Amino acid sequence: MKPKTLFEKIWEKHVVHEEQGKPSLLYIDLHLVHEVTSPQAFEGLRENSRKVRRTDLTFATMDHNVPTIDRHNISDPISAQQIETLEKNCSEFNVELFNLASPYQGIVHVIGPEQGLTKPGSTIVCGDSHTSTHGAFGALAFGIGTSEVEHVLSTQCLWQEKPKTFEIKVQGKRPKGVTAKDIILSIIGKIGTAGATGHIVEYTGNTIKSLSMEQRMTICNMSIEGGARAGMISPDQITFDYLKDKPRIKNLKNFPSLIKEWQNLATEEGARFDKSISMDASEISPQVSWGTSPGMVSGIDSKVPNPKDIEDPVKRKSIEDALEYMGLKADTNIEDIKIDTVFIGSCTNSRIEDLIAASKVIKGNKVSSQVNAIVVPGSQIVKYQAEKLGLDRIFKEAGFDWRESGCSMCLAMNPDKLSPGERCASTSNRNFEGRQGKGGRTHLVSPTMAAAAAINGKFTDIRSFDIDLGDY
Amino acid sequence: MEKFKKVTSRPAPLNSANVDTDQIIPKQFLKRIERTGFGQFLFFDWRFNDDGSENQKFILNKANFKKSEILLARDNFGCGSSREHAPWALRDYGFKVIISSSFADILYNNCFKNCILPIVLDEEKLEYLFESTIKHDDYELVVNLNDESIVDNKNFNYNFNIDPFRKKFLLEGLDDIALTLEHEEKIIAYENANN
Repeated sequence: MKPKTLFEKIWEKHVVHEEQGKPSLLYIDLHLVHEVTSPQAFEGLRENSRKVRRTDLTFATMDHNVPTIDRHNISDPISAQQIETLEKNCSEFNVELFNLASPYQGIVHVIGPEQGLTKPGSTIVCGDSHTSTHGAFGALAFGIGTSEVEHVLSTQCLWQEKPKTFEIKVQGKRPKGVTAKDIILSIIGKIGTAGATGHIVEYTGNTIKSLSMEQRMTICNMSIEGGARAGMISPDQITFDYLKDKPRIKNLKNFPSLIKEWQNLATEEGARFDKSISMDASEISPQVSWGTSPGMVSGIDSKVPNPKDIEDPVKRKSIEDALEYMGLKADTNIEDIKIDTVFIGSCTNSRIEDLIAASKVIKGNKVSSQVNAIVVPGSQIVKYQAEKLGLDRIFKEAGFDWRESGCSMCLAMNPDKLSPGERCASTSNRNFEGRQGKGGRTHLVSPTMAAAAAINGKFTDIRSFDIDLGDY
Repeated sequence: MEKFKKVTSRPAPLNSANVDTDQIIPKQFLKRIERTGFGQFLFFDWRFNDDGSENQKFILNKANFKKSEILLARDNFGCGSSREHAPWALRDYGFKVIISSSFADILYNNCFKNCILPIVLDEEKLEYLFESTIKHDDYELVVNLNDESIVDNKNFNYNFNIDPFRKKFLLEGLDDIALTLEHEEKIIAYENANN
């Protein structure tokens, strides 16, 4: 039999209906819902007297609008209305909600895996492009628009054209200080922000296989920034070990047989992808974005590019526009860029391993007097775990603010935002104009690079720190 | 959904690559719980100055392009988030057709749910449209989905390709949930086999 990819196996298992030359109707195993992209979908159900078909496969939380200081007093009335609307919709349509009073609330892509809702071999959707995060478990997970949210709520299915497949193989030993975030930023820098458009990416190679589940989530999370429909990694023992004690999995009577099923999901030797590239992890240095698109990245040891060196007029103009917005001069050393703010958080980098690694850099140091720094744990569970380890104390003693969980300054829908011209070292996923606040300037980095920047008030090569970051 | 009809308009040339959904509709406007009324916020940070006045340098504020129903865009238009608020804003503002050398997947898909026709054109042809609409004050394009054609009032005539399933949806303004529910027996059978 022809060897198959992980993607092909999941796709084939979920086709409900197909016809030649038309999209296929796919069954959806898990639908995650949040407050921003769901109100109009629930309204659509009401208008047409439709119900939620599978309340047992639908879970909701509020994360985008949530304040991180006083979460029960939401000062913005429109944010409060959106959050209340989710409460009302979940209660009316009988959808399980992790609300602000729940000890399990958090960023939707942090709590799915944390609760064990995310399973290998499943199809997962959410009205959020970073749904690709869940692909780290060997699931087919992708973001959808609100019309499709309504469609899945109502039918538990989705029309999908079969995407192409793209293998990104990363091999070799990661140098000290080079994290999963640096790998994915460097991949996007190489393929470009539309490099994987129309494709599902599978990350393969010994570097990827050596990563922890949380690191794999960081990689798959930013697949969308490379234009991919989804990112995925074949499940293995690391995946099964992570899942076995998760709340929604540990009591499953069929867990041993599930593992057997999951073991057969991995891409088979000799399976063909529509496109493949490979990269050498040993050549990657810690990355810093300098522009207004996630593909605009450089190593910490290099310079801001010079548009004059670029021949293609569209690309040249993009770089000129980006440098103007970012207030940067061509040929500036990345290490000479001073920052005002540090944000450690987001669905990319707010899990416990991220906070442990950043705290190792911070421990015994002080945040530069020029810098405002905040840590926003990805979920209430991450916050609890971190406090149990005393990480909150390390961050606070150094001068960081220690906050409640939510999306926060990644997209600044809540009160955490940059002022015009403010420059931020951020562990989030998008450096678009205005993303963290109108006129704000975002530089994407790993949590350890963000921590180093907080201390020195400028970007600093994490490799110059004499600390043991273990396998991070 | 509304049915898609033939569009005749001078196209507005938005000369930037990688226009992301945060530019199309900034996040402060995502808090509304309705589907309507987003057009006033389209490209908000580019269209308006800090004092709320119109930014006269921005292309959509130029008198010639104020009423355009066709938007010309560069590579990777609509990258970023899955927010359907982006096509809601584009459609509510008045755009019915977007022509670009490439689109981000989710936005491309979301356009069809909102009576917007996204057309992919190679860079050379796109460049011709950009140059023509800037150069000629009487420039006009006619986009006809029925025969999959783009024709201008100079000498451009091109037939684009579109997935027949998506074409039918736009032309007939179909409700895709109703269509899916025609397959409900198969959905039930799938559920029974996989529970």
